[in-house]
Amino acid sequence: MKIVIGEGSCGIAAGAHKVQNAFEEIIAEKGLDLSVEKTGCIGTCYLEPIVDVVDDGGKKITFVNVTADDTRRIIEDYVLGENELKELQISESDITMIGKQKRIVLRNSGIIDPERIEDYLAVDGYLAAKKCLTELTPEEIIETIKIAGLKGRGGAGFPTWFKWDAAKKSPGKTKYMVCNADEGDPGAFMDRSVLESDPHALIEGMLIGAKAIGANEGVIYVRAEYPLAIVRLQNAIDQARKKGFLGHNLFETGFDFDLRIKAGAGAFVCGEETALIASLEGERGMPRLKPPFPAQKGYWNKPTNINNVETFANVPWIFRNGGDAYAALGTKESKGTKVFALTGKVKKGGLVEIPMGLTLHDVIFDIGGGIKQDKAFKAVQMGGPSGGCIPASLLDTQIDYAEITKTGAIMGSGGMVVMDETTCMVDMARFFLDFTCKESCGKCTYCRVGTTRMLEILNRITHGKGQDGDIELLEELCYKIKDGSMCGLGQTAPNPVLTTIKYFRNEYEDHIYHKKCTAKSCKPLLTYTIDVEKCVGCGACKKNCPVDAIAGEKKKVHDINQDTCIKCGKCFSVCKFDSVIID
Amino acid sequence: MSQEKQEHGHGCDCGCHGEQPNPFVELNPVLDHYADIPGSLITVLQKAQELYGFLSIELMRYIAIETHNSIAKVYGVATFYTQFRFEPVGKYLIMLCQGTACHVNGSKMIEEAVMDFLEIKEGETTPDGLFTLNNVACLGCCSLSPVMMINDDTYGQLTKDKVTHILAELKEAVNNEATVSETVSQEVTA
Repeated sequence: MKIVIGEGSCGIAAGAHKVQNAFEEIIAEKGLDLSVEKTGCIGTCYLEPIVDVVDDGGKKITFVNVTADDTRRIIEDYVLGENELKELQISESDITMIGKQKRIVLRNSGIIDPERIEDYLAVDGYLAAKKCLTELTPEEIIETIKIAGLKGRGGAGFPTWFKWDAAKKSPGKTKYMVCNADEGDPGAFMDRSVLESDPHALIEGMLIGAKAIGANEGVIYVRAEYPLAIVRLQNAIDQARKKGFLGHNLFETGFDFDLRIKAGAGAFVCGEETALIASLEGERGMPRLKPPFPAQKGYWNKPTNINNVETFANVPWIFRNGGDAYAALGTKESKGTKVFALTGKVKKGGLVEIPMGLTLHDVIFDIGGGIKQDKAFKAVQMGGPSGGCIPASLLDTQIDYAEITKTGAIMGSGGMVVMDETTCMVDMARFFLDFTCKESCGKCTYCRVGTTRMLEILNRITHGKGQDGDIELLEELCYKIKDGSMCGLGQTAPNPVLTTIKYFRNEYEDHIYHKKCTAKSCKPLLTYTIDVEKCVGCGACKKNCPVDAIAGEKKKVHDINQDTCIKCGKCFSVCKFDSVIID
Repeated sequence: MSQEKQEHGHGCDCGCHGEQPNPFVELNPVLDHYADIPGSLITVLQKAQELYGFLSIELMRYIAIETHNSIAKVYGVATFYTQFRFEPVGKYLIMLCQGTACHVNGSKMIEEAVMDFLEIKEGETTPDGLFTLNNVACLGCCSLSPVMMINDDTYGQLTKDKVTHILAELKEAVNNEATVSETVSQEVTA
């Protein structure tokens, strides 16, 4: 019997290390013959820390939201006793939620130990690479990817086979295979999860790609904010090298391929291919004009192919199951599965992998369990700062590259941030503009100055100083920035503003003309008053008001002076009688 | 000492011709290792920051001289990336996530609670040198939002009370340590 603990970043943040220590202490104390192992992330982050107890017959019981205190009960009552501890076990509905998914990219996540190559080999790891290197020609590899219909999962959704083919046909002896693991979209973390939970899947995918294009050297560009991912990936590379899956004369075919990690230093724009290459070369990560494309002139001016983590993680599965099997999933134009990071105001947040073609409603309500506290769904933000907000009326939109693009959002890397009635859409647009404005590299004037001007306008609107004509001015700037920017960052930066104006124009108008924020989110637009019925005159608000705007005698109803009030919200948070009204 | 290491300058341009001790001698193995690997400037800067906590002008000048780059180039690259810091940071570096999911779930409120408790603003360090507050883009733990990292530890599902409690505990731990080491040093002196 063994105990397996989910130790991705999420699990660790939720206390998995404490749980592991507690188990080890109890096992040592009782002198039990029980091993404690680790695995990656199963994707149901809201259930972390997750502990599997696996008996010798392979039967697995999953305990969720385990605390260090629960560990003694699990050992004494379940392992040693007869008590099933149903109350700690994963619920039927959560099992159904996982069952509704189709896991290709996340096939091993939360199942194998990411730090042991033996675990990956036990689930047929590196067999696909062996087949590609020993049996298939580069043309056949590319053809299989073409049949599968795999598109780049990083954001743009460009057909993978096309890129591989271009890099393969590009003349030159030295070529590079690069993995973009600079997952910069706020709200997306599937790449981190793959790196932490199944790093060998990425290595195997890159190895197959390298064979296809004829590259002998690969680089994985990982965000510096993912320290655990870097450690596990390096460990996996070392193991693969020892086992002969990286290095010289792989599978005795005479083919050489080796990999190294390059830690990024924090710049969203480095998700853009040419900027990433500049950063790999030790320069400021600024994009350059295409063509020439990286397939012709990339890293050190050599033919280079760049794909993201999720794209590569699909590759070994495709070769083990066939391109047709992959293409059988999804829609006509969008094949296979896609991993989404479901977050925000959704009940069951985490990573979900689903076949393309399901609707947004399926994902948010059937798999995600709906909205927290059963509030009203307002919108879902897809595609991060380059994407847009999709309103409730379009919840039946199919998950398909073209269908999502039609709404004004994009598939992007798969961030799905759910918003409810308390989220202000103008503030959301401001939030994203604040992000892109900071992350603009500064090369194109429209992007650099334009996003700054847009941010100023949005700040002014959310501060109650919006003017007549601001919406039109924003729209004009949006189109000019799209036209006047060289790379994807600037070309898509206006999307969050355009979609919120398109679907939530009334919220902009409320802010500008009525100085009202219906979501009660923009503080400068709120008024704080005291409910005369509820106030008991305890004086807590008066004592805590930083500007002495509250007057009133002890045990008598207090009053807020609206001219002095700075709308900091202190009175609201300290009042124990719910007598401060926000309007 | 090897001949190679002696070749390194001492990081100043005061005209003392290397008579003053080199304050960045710990960086020399890194410089040697990456000397022949093109495109390593960012990696060298990262290693330098690991060693010294932040990139001072003197340190960047030293790196520029040793890597045969102009100081403008080194400064330009360093300031482009958010990871690099140009001032010393506190014992505890608070990285408060301001990603989309955290924003939707109230990261601004958490920021206010941290600022109130530590009486510093974003980017500042407490006068006792204990805490530095930095806002960062997504940490990738979105389903636990709002999230912060303090040094290498991640804290999720924060509330105002929870964050104040965490900071208070860290502060207390340091104070206890200080008292212990004081007592020890007193005993030693005695």
